[in-house]
Amino acid sequence: MIQSFGWQSVQFLMMGLLWTVGLSVMTFISGGVLGLAFAVGRSLGPRWLKFIIASYIQLVQATPLLILLFLCFYGLSFLGLYFPPFAAAVISLTIYATAFLADIWRGCIESIPRTQWEAADALALSGPQKLRYVILPQALRIAQGPTVGFMVQIVKNTSVTALIGFVELTRAGQLLNNVTFQPFHVFMTVAAMYFLVCFPLSWWSEKLKERKSAGAAH
Amino acid sequence: MTFGPVMSRLPELLAGALDTLVLSGQSIAIGLAIGLGVALARVNGPRWADIAGSIYVEAFRNTPLLVQLFLLFFALPFAGLRLSANQAAVIAISLNLGAYSTEIFRAGLLAIPKTQIEAGLALGMSRFQVMRYVVIVPALRIIYPALTGQLTLTLLGTSLVSAISATDLTLAGSMIESQTFRSLETFIFVAIIYIAMTFAFRLLYWAIGLWLFRRRVHTGDAATGMMLIPGRAEP
Amino acid sequence: MPALRIENLRKSYGAMPVLKGIDLSVEQGDVVAVIGRSGSGKSTMLRCINGLEPFESGSIEVAGHKVSTATPALRDLRKEVGMVFQSYNLFPHLSVSENITLAPRVVLKLPASEMAGLVKDVLGRVGLAEKANAYPDELSGGQQQRVAIARSLAMKPKVMLFDEVTSALDPELTGEVLKTIAELAKAGMTMVLVTHEMGFARRVATHTVFMNEGRVWEQGPSEQIFADPQTPELKSFVAPDLK
Repeated sequence: MIQSFGWQSVQFLMMGLLWTVGLSVMTFISGGVLGLAFAVGRSLGPRWLKFIIASYIQLVQATPLLILLFLCFYGLSFLGLYFPPFAAAVISLTIYATAFLADIWRGCIESIPRTQWEAADALALSGPQKLRYVILPQALRIAQGPTVGFMVQIVKNTSVTALIGFVELTRAGQLLNNVTFQPFHVFMTVAAMYFLVCFPLSWWSEKLKERKSAGAAH
Repeated sequence: MTFGPVMSRLPELLAGALDTLVLSGQSIAIGLAIGLGVALARVNGPRWADIAGSIYVEAFRNTPLLVQLFLLFFALPFAGLRLSANQAAVIAISLNLGAYSTEIFRAGLLAIPKTQIEAGLALGMSRFQVMRYVVIVPALRIIYPALTGQLTLTLLGTSLVSAISATDLTLAGSMIESQTFRSLETFIFVAIIYIAMTFAFRLLYWAIGLWLFRRRVHTGDAATGMMLIPGRAEP
Repeated sequence: MPALRIENLRKSYGAMPVLKGIDLSVEQGDVVAVIGRSGSGKSTMLRCINGLEPFESGSIEVAGHKVSTATPALRDLRKEVGMVFQSYNLFPHLSVSENITLAPRVVLKLPASEMAGLVKDVLGRVGLAEKANAYPDELSGGQQQRVAIARSLAMKPKVMLFDEVTSALDPELTGEVLKTIAELAKAGMTMVLVTHEMGFARRVATHTVFMNEGRVWEQGPSEQIFADPQTPELKSFVAPDLK
């Protein structure tokens, strides 16, 4: 039975949107925690650790997210346990987000001028003290813009999980399309919903980045 | 894990890889042309061009590629234009890349100080000559890491076209997977091929950079392409 | 015992030798200006003294500490040897008083109750008592540099090193920084200054060292160095400044 595209359809899509946002937030938290650990390890750890983390980042960044998703999805069932698509979605998005956030944050740490490290050294601060009082506070400030910018990428990338059947906004759109046969209405609404979430974040990210570069200090 | 059934179908995967390369090549050519055009219009053109350009850019950068694919493939026929899956794939990816590369090119164009342009004009060069000799190559050099990073993202993004059954490596993998039931093994292979292609391309970009700029330039990985790493997008 | 003794210091950047056997001795209370062309190795030598640059051979002993690469020993050394940089290197996310009290609190473990007095004291000595709560980006270059000096002073160093601290400043701002340094000198601080300010070196420094091509080319009491240069290289170097 073909339903017409109406208010109920929009509500159905909004449910999907809720899942999109939920998945994005979870990804950001888990990817963020791991990403921070990897970023610090990559900047300041022993050489073998730097190598492992760098390899991880390079490999993940050279693989399409969809393939990562499939590998997780089929890899998990290979382990013999049944995981719902949601688990595969969270795990693969976390792997993806960790690699990118670690890279971005390491970039922020390394963009702190050498001279700040030297000034901290000259004041006899120890390694952990340097990080805690001088380097990380500044790095975290610089990281604000890019981090919010990457949040936009996360939100958009949750759409890929539709292809393993996880019902977020895009999949909701596919399901709705199969029932209403009005792809234009359905997917334009879907696009508009993504836009409503992403555009403010993009705008905020640009504002944060501008603020950082205008306020550059010694 | 048994790799045998997959290994025997390697030629299909490689054919799929070729499809991906062709798709990427076409989309990159068209996408970069769009990006450069819109960037030039935004920087040098009238205000309405700047606004129109920014609407295009924001629309495509704040919505997922997958949704853009669905709109082009499923919705367009209702307006009378029925595209094949492969056609829709090229157009969607080109438009998507066009939006991202517009911003990258714009950043490059804006990075050349006005004083350089004034010097060129003062020497009697036309605006066009100034663009060509003084602006474009240095601007390209500045944005090269971000641009090549974005091209890497584009290559990897082509995997989504399998969702509308356009021919590519991921689709080839999916077909093999559904027939051999060796899911994990299949996609491990697919991943390896994508990784190999990515690194091969970055080598190519590096070589091109060497030739274009007569100097070593960094090529970008995917994170650089997102223009999110402070300081990394510069050479 | 000299406040600073350098013996046969040698350093190379890769294959390129930068310091070719430096010998230098500085007594307590001395103010030593190090002058020379760019590339003569003066900043490099200074940075070897507090361990910011490693060196291949020779020895440096400052404030009773031997300079080595062992980190705990190096940190102990840096508690007693202060350095002020050309680009001030204030911590932009901290206020002036926070910049000053950070190391005394976390390195010297001084109690919080002493901090207010400490800030007042060192800021007073550099003439910026009213700027305690300002942030670095609200200050001029000269003010930032004086805060940097105050930050070093807060650690109560035995020896202070100044690495071309006025080179990044507009000419009008140089004066206030030089005045501050002159007052420190008068108060008896042992100082080694790498500087381009010839007039300042002549007036304020007790001794001047002229470096050339990675070696100590000439050294002696400042007045004598400027009034009566012996080697042709030093003669041509100070010629424009003969007053």
